[in-house]
Amino acid sequence: MAPTRARATIHTSFLLLLLVIFLSCDLLDRIIASSGEASEEEFTEELLLKPLPDKKILAHFHFQSTVPPSDSIGHHHHLFPKAIAQLVKKFHIRELELSFTQGRWNYESWGGSDPMSNINAKPPGVEMWAVFDLPVNDINESWKGLTHALSGIFCSSVNFLESSTAYSAPHWGLRTNSSSMRYGALPREAVCTENLTPWLKLLPCRDKAGLASLLDRPSIYKSYYHSQRLQLFSSDASGIILDQTLTVVLQPNVQRNGMPNSYDRFLQPNWSIMSMFKKKVTGQCALAKASSIFIELEDGLATELEKLGAGESWNNLAFDLSVAPDRVIKEHNSMEGKSSSILYEFKVVKYSKYEPLDVGIKWKLPLVWSCPEAPFHARRFLMGSGNERGSIAFSLQPTQSRDQFLSDSHKCTVRAVIFQVVPWYVKVYYHTLQIFIDGRSVPVVDVVEKISVSPSEDKVSPGSLQMMLRFPCDMNSTALAMDFDKGFLHIDEYPPDANQGFDIPSAVVSFPDFYSSRSYLEGNCLKHPPLLLKLQKRTVLQSYTEVLLVPLTTPDFSMPYNVITFTCTVLALYFGSLLNALRRRIGEEERLLKSKDSKQVGLIPRLLSKLKGRTLESHQSSSGSTASSKPGAKWLFKVIFVAIFAVLWHYYSNID
Amino acid sequence: MPAEKDEAKEPRARPRLIIFMASFLVSHSTLFSVVCCIAGLIALLLLPILAKSTYISENALMPGSANPVFSGQDVSEASRLVKDITETQKMGKTTGIEIQRLIIQRMADVGAEVYYHKFQSQSNQFHPFRFFSCDSNSAVTESNSNTSNGLNTVGIIRAPRGDGKEAIVLVTPYNSEYVKLNDALSLGLGFSIFSHLSRVSWLAKDILWLAADSRYGEYSSVSAWLKDYHNPVFFSSENVDANVTHDKDFLNMENKNMLNGRNVDVFKRAGTMAAAMVFKVGEAMERDPRDILTIYAEASNGQMPNLDLINVVHYLAVHRQGFRVNIGKLASLVNSAWLNLVGQILEWLGNLAKNLNPKWNFGISSADYAEGAATVASSMYHQALGVPTGSHGAFRDYQVDAITFSFSSRFYLNNENMQSSFILRGG
Repeated sequence: MAPTRARATIHTSFLLLLLVIFLSCDLLDRIIASSGEASEEEFTEELLLKPLPDKKILAHFHFQSTVPPSDSIGHHHHLFPKAIAQLVKKFHIRELELSFTQGRWNYESWGGSDPMSNINAKPPGVEMWAVFDLPVNDINESWKGLTHALSGIFCSSVNFLESSTAYSAPHWGLRTNSSSMRYGALPREAVCTENLTPWLKLLPCRDKAGLASLLDRPSIYKSYYHSQRLQLFSSDASGIILDQTLTVVLQPNVQRNGMPNSYDRFLQPNWSIMSMFKKKVTGQCALAKASSIFIELEDGLATELEKLGAGESWNNLAFDLSVAPDRVIKEHNSMEGKSSSILYEFKVVKYSKYEPLDVGIKWKLPLVWSCPEAPFHARRFLMGSGNERGSIAFSLQPTQSRDQFLSDSHKCTVRAVIFQVVPWYVKVYYHTLQIFIDGRSVPVVDVVEKISVSPSEDKVSPGSLQMMLRFPCDMNSTALAMDFDKGFLHIDEYPPDANQGFDIPSAVVSFPDFYSSRSYLEGNCLKHPPLLLKLQKRTVLQSYTEVLLVPLTTPDFSMPYNVITFTCTVLALYFGSLLNALRRRIGEEERLLKSKDSKQVGLIPRLLSKLKGRTLESHQSSSGSTASSKPGAKWLFKVIFVAIFAVLWHYYSNID
Repeated sequence: MPAEKDEAKEPRARPRLIIFMASFLVSHSTLFSVVCCIAGLIALLLLPILAKSTYISENALMPGSANPVFSGQDVSEASRLVKDITETQKMGKTTGIEIQRLIIQRMADVGAEVYYHKFQSQSNQFHPFRFFSCDSNSAVTESNSNTSNGLNTVGIIRAPRGDGKEAIVLVTPYNSEYVKLNDALSLGLGFSIFSHLSRVSWLAKDILWLAADSRYGEYSSVSAWLKDYHNPVFFSSENVDANVTHDKDFLNMENKNMLNGRNVDVFKRAGTMAAAMVFKVGEAMERDPRDILTIYAEASNGQMPNLDLINVVHYLAVHRQGFRVNIGKLASLVNSAWLNLVGQILEWLGNLAKNLNPKWNFGISSADYAEGAATVASSMYHQALGVPTGSHGAFRDYQVDAITFSFSSRFYLNNENMQSSFILRGG
């Protein structure tokens, strides 16, 4: 439970205090959950807005619906979506997470170690994992049913995760460790409004009222990153908790007046809810228990503000908030010499249609800060060329924030867990794993602490790799490389646009030694809204790598038709000659020929002579037994003569 | 027909006929080979006439619906960079990496991820069979033996909503030791395209811009970068030492390799390469009234990129921008009297045929013929020689479709910029 194992600058007294606070909060949580204080369904809605260092805005919508244990409430629900409740009941889901994402999370400029980015950054496409409360043998069946149900609910092709080649069963590679877990990803799935609409239908107010009414489709689909998630926790004690989040990174419109000078260039853009979503908040969803908007200023920015002496007031030297916040929450930071993030809370309940809420920031001074990066940056890329083989490489590189995480970076070691699923047609040779630290090849046994590999089986299951590495903290680069062979697919297994290549889903790289959490001491921890509770939760740092595109050999897809045509031709020829051989009696024909030879005239001469009836008589008289040689030459001459005549005639008639 | 006749006449002669014909052919083999050879040569001479003009399926690519999006602002950006480069050049050489630093600063300013790529120039020898041997160890020894260093500058635009699986590469080779005006122009052109693309939101693929330091040849800088992109060498212990000792020039840079708080020495990647385009601004040619765009496509061992790439460029250049497009030809042949004579004969024959039947429309003018023949000849020559005609050849070794365009104009015109922007959109 020690909150920060690797952080050193903590005073022990602080540590103890923190421990007490954490424990008390956890305890109270549990008491609430078990005592059934929340004996009725609840719905809360929150929106967190956060300026990012690269002049973009992060907007994170968080909707939480909870239902108490089912035996106390029966089959009927007031707020909680019935579809989800039935799903949980039917497939015995313990936990479920489904994310639809478009675009990439930029770990370098949007952050990687704060809870917001750590929890909400997802790989492009669809990612889904679920933990079931079932005996091991029934899980696969339940997973298949679940994927079909979810694809129906969300109008997506999640059902492609049904096939056993698409999902795997990690035991310890992910944040949640369970033997009854299934994990699958579809990197190519496109995300659009057709997925958002069913997601909104799960909300009690849909997008008619409350914060969800801000979801103006053109604005949110114009975003640089768009991730729509559904998270489920269910237990007998606390009932079902459904978290629906939508994370978008928007670029506010910059209205520049006059020439852009260096001063303007570093100035953050001014924005407000109206400018980003084309709407204002007109009150909360009537069914929501709480509805609030937060504006978060992260550590780096808060430090800059402190340097200016701005403090935590809402209109200071550096910026103005357009509306006075109802509450200012300051993060309680355990580390000394480091400023802590600030949250401004706005209660939506105070505003109505006639007095809409339009929060915004107006910057007065240019501020430059950097985001909290993860201690190590994981990248993954392909090596090699050609259609036969290649290799997958991972590289881990320390970022500038490493020193903040590590106390003395000379002696310690760091653990990293890599979880990677590879489709079966990319046949990875796991024994070829090579590890290089700082440009030197290192024996695998020295670095790999724990590894479990399930090799792929052709057309049956994907390969998956879970690997725990331990390397010294002061390394400058770590690289891993594994070779693979490219497989061949059957012609009807190729997806549309196969020439583009095949995707290898993102790998998950997590650092079990590092945690992300925020702690807010302000007020009673019970009264914290669900979003803040989420941020306070200690979670292992985890990041996703890029999706890879492997070009495989693709056949010419017109080939089957060529083959069909060719085969048919050969068959027809064969059939003809066979019939000929069976039917024809050569001896008989020869006898016939001999008897008719005197009268026989070739077919062609006869036809020709018929055409030229004029010469029929003379020809027949002149032919006779030597019909084969002489008339042939004669006819040839005649034909050439006629042809020349025709050409000349045509030529002269044209001239006329 | 005659066989049929024979069959009807004397069925027994049929097997004999084949044997007879075969023996006839064998006995007159010299005659037949001469005849075939002549027929082949005639066919070759006829090729420019019989060639059908290529086309692109509008359904698949729709280059016709591409619009010029290049604005005056982009052009002014380009000319600003050109001015800066020429000024740096005038100031005199200090460290040899002034231009690289200038470019990287500009790239970082438009919001791209940037890095330097240091490479050691390989021997200029061309290895036609290196394509077949996938030996990465040879690369290590090779680079150790040579000591000359180059410095490429690379910028990456991440597509805002893309998934980063694929990338398109733009290359502008320039000589960093002595930048001539056309090199500066091609850098300006490359930069203005790059900065334009960094502002658009419709990108689906990432864009890589490689400003290749071609002081040791265009091919080697690009191929060195590609090799590091595709086959990085992880065990760098010996190489690092070698680098440091030889790096007198770059010591200065080592201190300043942090730009805006980002390390610019880290090699960054952007997914699988889908296509590559090399831009060059060639020497001014006074001869032609129109601006010329020359396309080079032949890569090593006579490999060619996907024809669509050439066709799209051709289509856009000719139909949208009024460029005159050359596809590399042997200039000496265009004016050769002999070819013109053949052309005239064929022209006469074509006219005759046209007179006979207006539908027989295979006549072309002798000038066109000579031009076509020159193109055919140069293409044959380059493919047979197997030596790439430009830095795009390096891409083909990694199965990336790539072509080189070389613009040459009398003046530096805006529509040159527009042109390149088109090509990108179409592709």
